[in-house]
Amino acid sequence: MIKITDLTKVFTSKNQNLTVLNKINIKIEDGDIFGIIGMSGAGKSTLIRCINLLEKPTSGSIEIDGVDITKKSGKQLLQLRKKIGMIFQNFNLLMQKNVRKNIAFGLEIIPVKDFVIEGMSKEDYSTLSYFKKRRFKKDEIKRRVDELLTLVDLKEKEFNYPAQLSGGQRQRVAIARALATKPSVLLCDEATSALDSLTTKSILKLLKKINEETKVTIIVITHEMNVVQEICNKVVVLDKSEVVASGSTQEVFSNESSEITQRTTHRYFS
Amino acid sequence: MNLLKLLKGLPIGILAEISRKGGIHPMPVVNKILGIFINIGRSIPYIILLVAVIPVTRLIVGTTIGPKAATVSLIISATPFIARLIENSLRELDGGVIEAAKAMGASDTQIVFKVMLPEALPSIVMGISLATITLVGYTAMAGAIGAGGLGHIAISYGYHRYETDIMMITIVLLIIIVQLIQSLGQKLSKLLDRRRKGEN
Ligand SMILES: Nc1ncnc2c1ncn2[C@@H]1O[C@H](COP(=O)(O)OP(=O)(O)OP(=O)(O)O)[C@@H](O)[C@H]1O
Ligand SMILES: [Mg+2]
Repeated sequence: MIKITDLTKVFTSKNQNLTVLNKINIKIEDGDIFGIIGMSGAGKSTLIRCINLLEKPTSGSIEIDGVDITKKSGKQLLQLRKKIGMIFQNFNLLMQKNVRKNIAFGLEIIPVKDFVIEGMSKEDYSTLSYFKKRRFKKDEIKRRVDELLTLVDLKEKEFNYPAQLSGGQRQRVAIARALATKPSVLLCDEATSALDSLTTKSILKLLKKINEETKVTIIVITHEMNVVQEICNKVVVLDKSEVVASGSTQEVFSNESSEITQRTTHRYFS
Repeated sequence: MNLLKLLKGLPIGILAEISRKGGIHPMPVVNKILGIFINIGRSIPYIILLVAVIPVTRLIVGTTIGPKAATVSLIISATPFIARLIENSLRELDGGVIEAAKAMGASDTQIVFKVMLPEALPSIVMGISLATITLVGYTAMAGAIGAGGLGHIAISYGYHRYETDIMMITIVLLIIIVQLIQSLGQKLSKLLDRRRKGEN
């Protein structure tokens, strides 16, 4: 579970303070596909970037499975990030590496002991920790990459470079890369905003399938209403740095009382 | 000329890039110092530096003439030049890729060696070939203090003895050398560049 409490982020520049997140409170259950919507500049990206500490919160706490992550730094921070996958609007693939190498990246930089396998017992884990600094062997990486290639259906493109792929295929590579280390959370910042509607549908289908199969929690930022309606079971609406509506997707979209929600949702529909 | 010595500019260039504001490991003071160092090095014309460092050269290598002596001024001049080229190559990189690596838990060292350098490789190769060409020019100047090579031939035969043919030949040779380095660098850079569509 991810529990965000009174999260505040203030950007300080020379002559002014800009409060981008103002006392945000959100609870995300394991296995949720959680939507965050709101107008441009509302603070969505900043919020999601606080979860893997790409942005440092100014105050408040973010608990993941009961542990406040906002104080983490150094090695602990790197370890935390290995358990939180992230995908982006512009895919951000390594352009000089082929599909296989891109997917393998996360495994190549991580010691075996950081690799959490679900259902692993304490004893297994301590045997694994014995090889503290051990990196994954070539064939271990190969096996995992093969698995992921099948998952995202890109087997026939394994030796291609990102420049040779379509947008949808690139995002599939990015998804595979983010999942390589078996994270418990996947952050998606406008992951389908650069794609046409058909490709968007197929990526959403893939995310849903992954969520069902691996129970990974998925947090989705989007401008597109239909994205939320298609895959999210819960959603918050952010407006001017604050949460103005939250609940199950159905609740939020049928909520007649909140003017801001309507304004926000209306914007997206039209 | 010892090409490996040129690579001294590489770590300085990397450090200059990662230490800047907005780099992966901001260190304002270090960045400022490197910036000053690079700029000073870049702003002194080589021919002046060549003469100016003569006392230093005497101290280090014990002589002020010959190839070894020339190396001192070449390194002093080339290092900041190459550092700046590397810095620029790295700065051109798309910040998104670096951010993705960060989000995956890559350390600063891993980001430099597994992301920044490989991703910038085609551009770095172009930079190094450019630097080599500039150095060909420098070595020719260094020929004036007896560093040998084409510069030496051009000066001692072409200039001191008025042998115009030899002067012309050295010029042609220089042009050929520069062209060769240039097209070699371009070919290699293109070969290494995976950002185009089409071929593998
Ligand atoms: N590093 C930063 N320094 C200063 N201000 C920032 C920084 N990052 C974001 N901001 C500001 O914070 C506000 C929220 O930005 P954010 O990117 O979180 O919005 P968003 O909801 O994701 O918008 P969009 O839908 O356009 O992506 C904006 O006003 C932006 O200018
Ligand atoms: Mg955004």
